Amino acid sequence: MDFVTQLLIAAISAGTPLLLATLGGILNERAGIIQLGAEGLMLMGAVTTCVVFLRTGNLGVALLATLGVTALLGLIHAFLSITLRANQTMSGLAMTLFGSGLSAYLGKSISGNPLPSSLPRLDLSFLKPIPVIGDIFGNLDVLTWFSIVLVVVLHLLIHRTSWGLHLRAVGDSPATADVMGVHVRLIRYGYVTVGAMLIGLGGADMVLTVAPTWNEGLTGGRGWIAVGLVIFARWNPVRALLCAYFFGALDSLGFRMQLLGSAIPPYFLKMIPYIVTILVLMYLGYRNRNKPSGTPESLGVPYVREQRF
Amino acid sequence: MSQEKASGRTLREPVQLASGGRLPWRLEYDSSRIRTPWWTPIVSVALALLLCAIFIYANGMSPVTVYSKMFRGAFGTSYGITETLVKAIPLLLCGLGIAVAYRISVWNIGAEGQLTVGAIAATAVTIYFPNLSGFWSILLMLIFGIAAGALWGLFTAIPKTHFGVNELITSLMLNYVALLALDYVTFGPWKDPKGFNMPGSPVFTDAQSLPVLGGTRLHIGLILALVAVVIYYLMIRFTRWGYELRIIGANPTAARYAGIHIKRHIIIVMLISGGLAGLAGMTEVSGVSHKLMQGLSPGYGYTAIIVAWLAKLNPLGLVVTSVMFGGLIVGGFSVQTIGLPSSISEMLQGAILFFLIAGDMVTRFRIRRGA
Repeated sequence: MDFVTQLLIAAISAGTPLLLATLGGILNERAGIIQLGAEGLMLMGAVTTCVVFLRTGNLGVALLATLGVTALLGLIHAFLSITLRANQTMSGLAMTLFGSGLSAYLGKSISGNPLPSSLPRLDLSFLKPIPVIGDIFGNLDVLTWFSIVLVVVLHLLIHRTSWGLHLRAVGDSPATADVMGVHVRLIRYGYVTVGAMLIGLGGADMVLTVAPTWNEGLTGGRGWIAVGLVIFARWNPVRALLCAYFFGALDSLGFRMQLLGSAIPPYFLKMIPYIVTILVLMYLGYRNRNKPSGTPESLGVPYVREQRF
Repeated sequence: MSQEKASGRTLREPVQLASGGRLPWRLEYDSSRIRTPWWTPIVSVALALLLCAIFIYANGMSPVTVYSKMFRGAFGTSYGITETLVKAIPLLLCGLGIAVAYRISVWNIGAEGQLTVGAIAATAVTIYFPNLSGFWSILLMLIFGIAAGALWGLFTAIPKTHFGVNELITSLMLNYVALLALDYVTFGPWKDPKGFNMPGSPVFTDAQSLPVLGGTRLHIGLILALVAVVIYYLMIRFTRWGYELRIIGANPTAARYAGIHIKRHIIIVMLISGGLAGLAGMTEVSGVSHKLMQGLSPGYGYTAIIVAWLAKLNPLGLVVTSVMFGGLIVGGFSVQTIGLPSSISEMLQGAILFFLIAGDMVTRFRIRRGA
């Protein structure tokens, strides 16, 4: 395998947690709720997977538990921002702080214990004769395939079904949606919960593929990068796939250059994803300065029935 | 909103919970209740303690033992009180900076990074000008620390004002960049040659260390922080700048129509916010650790967010809450001796913030009889 193929494989591997988290963020924000707790949710997803997997030895149970825990956390955020109309920024921040504290607390006893196994892989040997594609797609794990399928499903859901129309209406103009008989609060609750579950699954994927053991704060800001990727992808699942793999490539590029014996200290290489996130967002802001950015119009605004605008 | 204000009466809007109005009472949202009662922060903290007690109990510990040990560790001995105050200094400085920014809804969560670059810049003075006299080296370290923090704040402000980038993402990304820069200098060029290959800069000389108060570990940064609180209060209360900040905070649209330069204010506010956090980094490195090392801050920048929010951005309240959270950090360390991780204090902080923002809103609802 040449360098480019290896980099592509590494990009998909490092990009899948980002992709899952970004898709979760897109669902949240399309429904008009900002989810800044992605970092805390990913950490909770990762620690739940580790604890349950080590306790029961069953990966399926671990993933189900992860979905359950993150759904509960998503419901807390939903309750605060939808029913109580609290400040969504602060609620997300609280989620991040609480998630990183609780995950460190729960994971203390299993820190450093290697997991019994990693994700099962889908063996597509018949692809092997095709040069690059065979190398990349021949041996991906199930969560990666799930995330790729999810991109297609969400794209169709958001842009081609009446459910997606309701979702976009709730995010853009909840008052109009409400008048048309769409249950704004129920839809927001639903998507915030599902979005949180996807973000948690991203954390689980991270711990299962990138680092096969729990360490305190192992996501290292990837939840926040995913929050930026939602904007970068302009709330579109297909673009989210490309953006997540691009950042996955950046993430693994530093590691690979280190292996090749680069003279640049590794600390500077590790800075690349963070700095590129800022630069990309600045570029997008500059390019879209006179255009609609694709932001759901009621993002972050609590919906109050009977309130005049 | 506008109609309510114009007609001068309150619009009460019933909220249907899941039961769909079948209960004998209902909740009403009363948007005129902007001021939250004084007891909500206390109740919020109590509920957060209760929630975390469940996790402690599930871990096989008695919550009462743990909490009393935390409290005694932080406030029970003179050593504990000194440590609490030492930890309160960076919290107060960072919290003050955060409060200035949050006044006009600039959500700076980059105090951690601004503190770190402040510490790095202050250490740079000790590395490149090792033989200055006490006064000059401390002065230069202060200037460098504040300037570096302010510059880091500017990196958050400019993308927001000129490129429309969300400051939450920028400031947080810069935290990681600052921490990696800290790793680089402590493992690389500034590593102490006599440090047995441990990462960290050489230990500061007496001329490079902040004076201490009465032979304790408490340093002069406490006085700097208290002076900053007084200046903050006077500036917000009595200057044109403070008045404009209050207007932007109350109604940004009205402020813009009144001709207030919001962008300029965002930049000024981020410079102050970053500068104060940079000052905190300088006092930490020169007054407490006496050398640049990893783990310089146990998340002061993040804790300061809760400190500022709990104090409702009020200067006097900030003094109280920063001492309280200094105690929480010290208490978190003290329970390590009975085998609990210190992350328990981090967990408590997140829970307190959750209940705080919920409490602010819950008190705006009232329960009424009849469906």
